[in-house]
Amino acid sequence: MILVTVGGQVAFDRLVKTVDAWAEEAGREDLFFQILDGSYTPTHGTWQRKVDPIEFEARLAEADAIVSHAGMGTTLRALALSKPLLVMPRRAALGEQRNDHQLATARRLAESGRAHVAMDECELAERLRDIDSLEPLGTIGARASESLLRAIREFANGGAA
Amino acid sequence: MTRRQNKVLAVSSGGGHWVQLERLLPAFEGMRLFVATVEPRSAGGAGAERVFRIIDASRWEKLRLLRSAFGLLAIVLRVRPDVMISTGAAPGFFALLFGKMIGSRTIWVDSVANADELSMSGKKAGRVADLWLTQWEHLAREGGPQFRGSVF
Repeated sequence: MILVTVGGQVAFDRLVKTVDAWAEEAGREDLFFQILDGSYTPTHGTWQRKVDPIEFEARLAEADAIVSHAGMGTTLRALALSKPLLVMPRRAALGEQRNDHQLATARRLAESGRAHVAMDECELAERLRDIDSLEPLGTIGARASESLLRAIREFANGGAA
Repeated sequence: MTRRQNKVLAVSSGGGHWVQLERLLPAFEGMRLFVATVEPRSAGGAGAERVFRIIDASRWEKLRLLRSAFGLLAIVLRVRPDVMISTGAAPGFFALLFGKMIGSRTIWVDSVANADELSMSGKKAGRVADLWLTQWEHLAREGGPQFRGSVF
């Protein structure tokens, strides 16, 4: 099952539409889309606007691959579950978010080799062709880096900032 | 020597802000933890003594933000935390502001999603956070924010 998610904030029709078009071409129905109040509704697989957080966690755990906006929530969860992750950033110019921070996130994720990144629909369509052989890119534990945890713990215990 | 356990109030918006905050909570092991977030159901595994629901709002939704801030003020006055931490967004800034007013020691960890520059709330947080952190080394500056690691 391929899980497609736009995150919890705003719709991302461009992502949903591109994946649905690929599903049409590839004859795939093994998809689950979470689309919020998107105006485009998928014609392949199944979809829901919102997914309860506990159900969503289960769907992430079951997914063979995750296709997502370049949000940190899904990214961190996918990495913690060692799932293959393909992201496409939202673009401010297309009214998909208020600034281009997802563009920056996507570039950093690509550079650090933490996620497969498609910068636009064309790249996404291309990457989707190999979705079944997409590798998970590394994994992370359930907690932040030890250096950050130590800095916070020491400060909480009365240490200097 | 034993001393009173620190009370910690951890505040975040939903989605990525919460996922990041959750990854920071092991830092408070052995302390009394209180959580304030948008979707309390997702905080079930956080080991908090109590989870409060807050209203999420962006800085463009003035009225909603005001309601969110009032809710947070009530939570801060009720918990009276020794330490407060937030990963954003706008409501977290107000939480730390109220925390400062009652003498809490405050921590801001700017979201790792802000890789090119600090978030707007993150910039303002420099004034209300005793420990002001970015998760990107290239965004650290003399006088803050500091870089001490990331949620990865």
